[in-house]
Amino acid sequence: MAQEKQPQRKKIEATGQMMKIMSDYFYDLNDAAKSDTRKVAWCTSVGPAELLRAMGFAVHFPENHAAMLGATRMATELIPEANTIGYSPDICSYLTADIGAYLKGVSPLAKAYPGIEGPPRPDVLVYNTNQCRDVQDWFSWYAKELDVPCIGITSPKNFTDVSDILIDDVTQQIEALIPTLEKVAGQKLDMQRLSEIVALSRECTELWRQVLETAAAAPAPLSFFDGTIHMGPAVVLRGTPQAVDYYQQLLSELQQRITDGVGAVDGEQHRIYWEGMPVWGRLRQHSELFSGLHANVLVSTYCSSWIFPDFDANDPIRSMAKAYLGLFIVRSDTYKEKYIKEMLEKFHIDGIIYHDAKTCPCNSNSRYGMPQRLEQETGIPSLVISGDLNDLRCVSDEQTRTNVEAFIEQLEERR
Amino acid sequence: MAQPVYVGLDMGASRTKVAVIDRHGALLGHAAKKSGIDFAATAEFCLDTSLALAGVNRSDIVDAVATGYGRNNVAFITDKSKTEIGCHAKGCYHHFSEAITIIDIGGQDNKIIKLNAKGQRDSFKMNRKCAAGTGAFLEEMSSRLDIPLDEMNTLASQATEMIKLGSYCTVFSATEVLENIRHGKPVADIIKGIFYSMIQRVLEMDSLTEKVVLSGGVVAHNPYLVEMVEEMIGRPVLIPKFPQLTGAHGAALYALDAATTGGP
Repeated sequence: MAQEKQPQRKKIEATGQMMKIMSDYFYDLNDAAKSDTRKVAWCTSVGPAELLRAMGFAVHFPENHAAMLGATRMATELIPEANTIGYSPDICSYLTADIGAYLKGVSPLAKAYPGIEGPPRPDVLVYNTNQCRDVQDWFSWYAKELDVPCIGITSPKNFTDVSDILIDDVTQQIEALIPTLEKVAGQKLDMQRLSEIVALSRECTELWRQVLETAAAAPAPLSFFDGTIHMGPAVVLRGTPQAVDYYQQLLSELQQRITDGVGAVDGEQHRIYWEGMPVWGRLRQHSELFSGLHANVLVSTYCSSWIFPDFDANDPIRSMAKAYLGLFIVRSDTYKEKYIKEMLEKFHIDGIIYHDAKTCPCNSNSRYGMPQRLEQETGIPSLVISGDLNDLRCVSDEQTRTNVEAFIEQLEERR
Repeated sequence: MAQPVYVGLDMGASRTKVAVIDRHGALLGHAAKKSGIDFAATAEFCLDTSLALAGVNRSDIVDAVATGYGRNNVAFITDKSKTEIGCHAKGCYHHFSEAITIIDIGGQDNKIIKLNAKGQRDSFKMNRKCAAGTGAFLEEMSSRLDIPLDEMNTLASQATEMIKLGSYCTVFSATEVLENIRHGKPVADIIKGIFYSMIQRVLEMDSLTEKVVLSGGVVAHNPYLVEMVEEMIGRPVLIPKFPQLTGAHGAALYALDAATTGGP
């Protein structure tokens, strides 16, 4: 398929504000780590961040750091460092890249933010295995290396409905974290403060939902690739007013784009759903590959995973449990397929791309027959591309290009 | 006598193929050569050879389309390109205009493409980032056994039994092959096992519909492998006259379309 002249990438004006609040966040983390009075917690991205914030912790998210290692294409050089100490190249490349960066003493934070050397030293590590077991292994390594406590939630998995039994289980596990966290924080949990944080998290994720749902418009005003960048505050600043303010600004800009009929991709002809992780080191190339074919990858499971409608300030801990259990990745294929089918309809999707990420089985939903089942039920064609979130040794640019171009040819034949 | 012609260039990872067709889609000239390291020179050579075979000159080319991994390396001939998946589909459907499953075994990758009765793609699959089942696997085994590629087919057809290889990985398979040699197993039986392994890797990529078309260089040079495929799937397969050229032929057909409708 002949590539047409590359369309101009459309900059989202709010990006400047996002970079500012992310910068403020990283400097605050750095200050907290250097302070004698403040404490730092590391948390998995869908771990109990609300609880940690309510107890005054500055919260660092290693997955965010690992994604930065991927996006800056530092990861592939660092993963072997972790391989040599026994962490296989077949396991999570967030884990191996992040530990590799620690071992090598490098960080993208140091390049982006003068004065910051790397991730803040933790006082406690808190995980939730709702995403995968690897996060527990990852945090456990640092716990031993840095001699800090590592506690967490061992989540149920592969369930269809979020039942009361499961919510009771996770609620109790969250409550069981509190004594250790109070000891490390040196303060008691203030339930009023927790309610306020949960309310802010709820507000943040509601706005993030509205941001993502602007893509239901035709042409869609944002792409999945935009989303992977602009989800930053939803991940690391959930539970803060800064995130809420930011998403109000972003939403307003995207709504204006809809009013003006401005699409993220010029001449949008094909609307694509992305299932799975982004290839962080190829965001720009993939964005240009699709836009050059007048295809907009406009919605994804991944970006939508930071929408938590279950947060409830009136019942903070139990609602946190419900929200963390509601996460797509931890659910059964029955639930996942129902969810994706609703998304396909809502966003008027022409085709689905599954990214089979070599080192992330939990985020690779093409391995148990889902593409075939969904294609049969919806008639919407799909494509599976092999790659990885961080390890570019597992990525073939030419195979990706050929597959994507052939897929768009296939969609064109159907028009 | 010169006539308007349409050209397809299939710049494959292993071989470059060129097809020259007339306005009815009939093949007038063709050429194939190892792609090597200078794609442009190879393309020029194949183009000139196939034009000479067709009895025409470059000035007779109405339009040209490139395909294959090097499709963007021949902009000096044409800036029009289509994927090899599209071109193999087009080329095979030209020969067999019905609902078909195409199995293309190429030098670097395999494809299974399903077409409906109108020739539209219902789905396609390419092999993952692994050489298992590709021509590269056969080349590796040929090298390990020190048996020329063009002798593999004859040897496989002489097998009295078959040594099955258990591994998925090319490197592990090579180790298995060497182990069998050490144990004194007949080379012909081992090569038949290599063919079986290749076919198995391809067949497990996707399900097949009733009518199956085989294409690609491996098929062109290994008729015994085709017999084995038929045996393994339990029915005869369809083969275009020049299975290695289906991609180039499909590209030429797209060039013909482009000249008449303004595509691709």
